[in-house]
Amino acid sequence: MNVQTAHYASPTASSPLVMQAKGIVKRYGQVTALDGTDFELRAGEILAVIGDNGAGKSSLIKALSGATVPDEGELLLDGKPVRFKSPIDARRAGIETVYQDLAVAPAMSIAENLFLGRELLKPGAIGQLLRLLDKKEMLAQAIARMQELKVGIRSMTQAVETLSGGQRQCVAVARAAAFAQHVVIMDEPTAALGVKEGNMVLELIRRVRDKGLPVILISHNMPHVFEIADRIHIQRLGKRAAVVNPKTISMSDTVAVMTGAKTVDELPADAHA
Amino acid sequence: MNTSPRHIPWGALGPWLALLTTCLFFTTQSERFLTAENLSLVLQQVMVVGVLAIGQTLIILTAGIDLSCGMVMALGGVVMTKFAVNYGFNPYLAIVCGLAVTTGFGLLNGLLVTRVKLPPFIVTLGTLNIAFAITQIYSKAQIIPNLPPEMTALGNTFNLGSTEVSFGTLTMIGLYLLAWFVLRDTAPGRHLYAVGNAPEAARLTGIRVDRVLVYVYALAGLFYGIAALLSVARTGVGDPNAGQTENLDAITAVVLGGTSLFGGRGIILGSLVGAVIVGVFRNGLTLMGVASVYQTLITGILVILAVAADQMSRKGAR
Repeated sequence: MNVQTAHYASPTASSPLVMQAKGIVKRYGQVTALDGTDFELRAGEILAVIGDNGAGKSSLIKALSGATVPDEGELLLDGKPVRFKSPIDARRAGIETVYQDLAVAPAMSIAENLFLGRELLKPGAIGQLLRLLDKKEMLAQAIARMQELKVGIRSMTQAVETLSGGQRQCVAVARAAAFAQHVVIMDEPTAALGVKEGNMVLELIRRVRDKGLPVILISHNMPHVFEIADRIHIQRLGKRAAVVNPKTISMSDTVAVMTGAKTVDELPADAHA
Repeated sequence: MNTSPRHIPWGALGPWLALLTTCLFFTTQSERFLTAENLSLVLQQVMVVGVLAIGQTLIILTAGIDLSCGMVMALGGVVMTKFAVNYGFNPYLAIVCGLAVTTGFGLLNGLLVTRVKLPPFIVTLGTLNIAFAITQIYSKAQIIPNLPPEMTALGNTFNLGSTEVSFGTLTMIGLYLLAWFVLRDTAPGRHLYAVGNAPEAARLTGIRVDRVLVYVYALAGLFYGIAALLSVARTGVGDPNAGQTENLDAITAVVLGGTSLFGGRGIILGSLVGAVIVGVFRNGLTLMGVASVYQTLITGILVILAVAADQMSRKGAR
């Protein structure tokens, strides 16, 4: 692992901001899901987002991925204000989201799934007009992408349903990594997986970051978060409670802040990131 | 890996095996079965069900079903013949009007499925009755004879060696090859499979699922219109009672052809084989002197067996 990450410089407070949210508010009727939350994602990092149920974690992610439109607040991508009306808008802006499930078509091949919805067409006017698929090129690119990310799946033409759960998740992650220009958002990517399969996906997420793409990781799994996150965004009561450094804070302190058992002021000074 | 059973396309092979078995059986039962003359007759009889089954396959691939196909076809046939005979329309214009009506019915099905979010089974059960009633009212339940020759041209035949081939049969085969190509080699074709296999995943990748569905239902309607033209050409009349056996025969053909009723899986050429199996059954049983009611009985049993086989092979795959 050290060999693989040797060229990777740990992100610091000086790394440029890739994505930023300021004072995001989202209300659902009487319920305020996001109460002026801030958010910062830096270049080259894996930022974990954690929070108790109802802390506004998924509302925040929905706002970042275009699944909901916030009522107030500002979203910046590379320092420029952006507005997403749908997940498609976010995708066009270079933000890819890996959903917990429902992300792949099981009966279709891996190569087809990688390019689903944005198939490569044969060059020339006829290819564009009749929307003819360039299957050779898609297959070649699928093989190249999977090799680049060291996903050990042999045949790109096999149906996704022949894969294990972890391999399927790897296909979804690889698809996001292949198309994302700026950010990859992953919603509980290891939740449904066993230990070995989960580690396989974590390893892949690390490689995505090492490729230079910052990753937002939503997870309930504290050991996983501590294993791969560079920084941890703790969401609480619709606000960002703290951003902490997993190398200097203990897991129990993190959970304490998340649940409100400890306030941010009670944390040691070096715990912040 | 290559020895994995998933790599052997049983789904594609099954229909051919079934066809072969059926043909062998009827060959032993009637000496008139395996003659060039009889087999070309089967192909001519199959063309209407075959083209209906193209539209039906598209819909079943999206995990839908269309119970109205035969009745929509009957309406299309009555419209095109009445427009030409009673109103003196140019025959080609009359045909276009018939196609427009069936496409419109398909579009209506598609809009009800996507906008009103009703299950396809219920929507098309409704349009089945609506189309049937309109056909009877509009035609006053009368057959429309004395068609212009342009309308029956596809029923004409030419000789290929000693066998008679009809232009309608060629049209059907051409349409199958076209549909097969579009489904296999174009982006919209693959989107149709994705919508049937995993609608939510398709939506998340940016495929406009509802739009795909509306197109599919409308396109299926167009195929029913073409089937109407073939039916008119073959019988030489506009028949308000057409399509009654073809309605379920088309669904049978699709299922026998290996397309899964759960959507997203199947090869359209299988439906052609399925249509031929249905045709061979009806033809062979007729040669054996079995009454038409029993043919329907046997086709019914056949569908259930085919769906059961589909169900079991899916369970085995998991």
